Amino acid sequence: MVAPGVAPSRSFERAFDDIRRALAQRELWLHLGWQDIKQRYRRSVLGPLWITISMGVTALGLGILYAVLFQHPLPEFLPYVTTGFIVWNFINGCLTEGMSTFITNEGLIKHLPAPLTVYALRTVWRQTLMMLHNLVVYVIMIAIYFSYLDHRYQMDPPNGQFHPGLGLWSLSAIPAFLVLALNGLWLTLLIGIVSTRYRDIPQVINSVIQLAFYLTPIVWSPDDLFGSGGSDRGWAKVVFQFNPLYHFVQVLRAPMIGQHVDWWSWATVGGITVVGWALALVAMRNYRARVSYWV
Amino acid sequence: MVSIDVWNASVDFPIFDAKTRSLKKAVLGKVGGKIGTDQRAPIIEALHDITLSLAEGDRVGLVGHNGAGKSTLLRMLAGIYEPTRGTAHIHGKVAPVFDMGVGMDPEISGLENIIIRGLFLGMTRKQMEKRVDEITEFTELGDYIQMPLRTYSTGMRVRLALGVVTSIDPEILLLDEGIGAVDAAFLDKARDRLVDLVKRSGLLVFASHSDEFLVELCDTAIWMDEGRVRQRGGLREVLTAYKGRDPFENMSPASLARLGVAPAVPDARARA
Repeated sequence: MVAPGVAPSRSFERAFDDIRRALAQRELWLHLGWQDIKQRYRRSVLGPLWITISMGVTALGLGILYAVLFQHPLPEFLPYVTTGFIVWNFINGCLTEGMSTFITNEGLIKHLPAPLTVYALRTVWRQTLMMLHNLVVYVIMIAIYFSYLDHRYQMDPPNGQFHPGLGLWSLSAIPAFLVLALNGLWLTLLIGIVSTRYRDIPQVINSVIQLAFYLTPIVWSPDDLFGSGGSDRGWAKVVFQFNPLYHFVQVLRAPMIGQHVDWWSWATVGGITVVGWALALVAMRNYRARVSYWV
Repeated sequence: MVSIDVWNASVDFPIFDAKTRSLKKAVLGKVGGKIGTDQRAPIIEALHDITLSLAEGDRVGLVGHNGAGKSTLLRMLAGIYEPTRGTAHIHGKVAPVFDMGVGMDPEISGLENIIIRGLFLGMTRKQMEKRVDEITEFTELGDYIQMPLRTYSTGMRVRLALGVVTSIDPEILLLDEGIGAVDAAFLDKARDRLVDLVKRSGLLVFASHSDEFLVELCDTAIWMDEGRVRQRGGLREVLTAYKGRDPFENMSPASLARLGVAPAVPDARARA
């Protein structure tokens, strides 16, 4: 016998309803996300300022090291590494904390009836807050090197690619970030559900994420890969395009430091957003109600 | 209209880390029991073919042995576990009070915990801030409300949780046995509030092993046994069947009068 007037547990209707109710409870996840940040730095004197400091130290250290290694001029390369690192941290956070979203919220999921999406939003919002803290480092860096970046420049003179420089178009970083956050959300929902069921997945992700960091141009620039003017590395340009993380980093980083961004990057990001959400919605439809059984 | 309707609902838990067990079982052959092995992971049939209908004004006690499915049933009624087979239709604002330690952050103050709890139960921050004073007064926590939750005793946590759920006018109240940790004086106070709440608009389901709490809060009961409803009926009838004796047997005439129930059977015999 089927209950009248109730959508079955496995339906898109219920999946959308979960997301809708979670969005309506924004006061909850906004509060929880902020609480998480405060919690992490409770009883430390500087509090969440530590997020900013550790980002500053890492970006400065790695920036200088790789500028020397690849012989890049510091004024262009340091903002590049810093911004790349900030963007990477957001993506990395969505991935590593997203996969354990439901596992870490086990207690709440089992004891309070709330839409699952609340926990995903909590995670992405927490990453957003971390990013806002890190942006302080970006602002300082840009303030110092603005005069080097506000016109057409090359990161690797004389052979590197020409970049248009900072301008009003740099505001495209705002929609770029929103798209990244949107991707963080489907990613959290999808891998959160999969990881809750298959506990090997977090280990797999952990083992490849470090590699992904080095494969993505963050501490090195595409100019280094393609070789200085040499055409012998044409294959690199092709293979390189298959790293989706590159495009995600690029759409947000490039406008922030006035670098060239391919339409191809936006197309890739857009395509992944659509496919990713489709996958996440299917996962939500089929396994949303199973998560409380699996945690 | 507040109601809970459950049709032929079952709750099966897959136990993923018990593979060795299923292997052993396959080797040893038939062991029987409630643990199925037809799938890859063994399954615990926590609830089996439950059909229930609860309506406004019901105050239902849940009794049964440990592992009989009381807590799982409560979680199903809360909408946390959607039945693996069958359906559960819950109509009304649910406020569960299960494990007192969970869903509360020990590092933040009682006050902040009140607000987070309220947000989880669908209230807004403003609405909760308005209720904070009332909750503080009801729970008698005084200045402790500003202290981190880890400094609270179990009873104090129960007070806090009860304070929150009773202040937000829920329609469906689900209580697990944990509330036994409060003292008698507070229970009196909570009882009035809970009964009042159910009278206004709502229903209560309360799982407990304590006759005393059950007779205070409930008028009907469900006896759970091995994940099935073994008996449903008046509280006295079910408790007598479950425990093998009348729950009102040893009660003083004063409490009997207060609860408005007839004296227990031995008394009646003595008078005759």
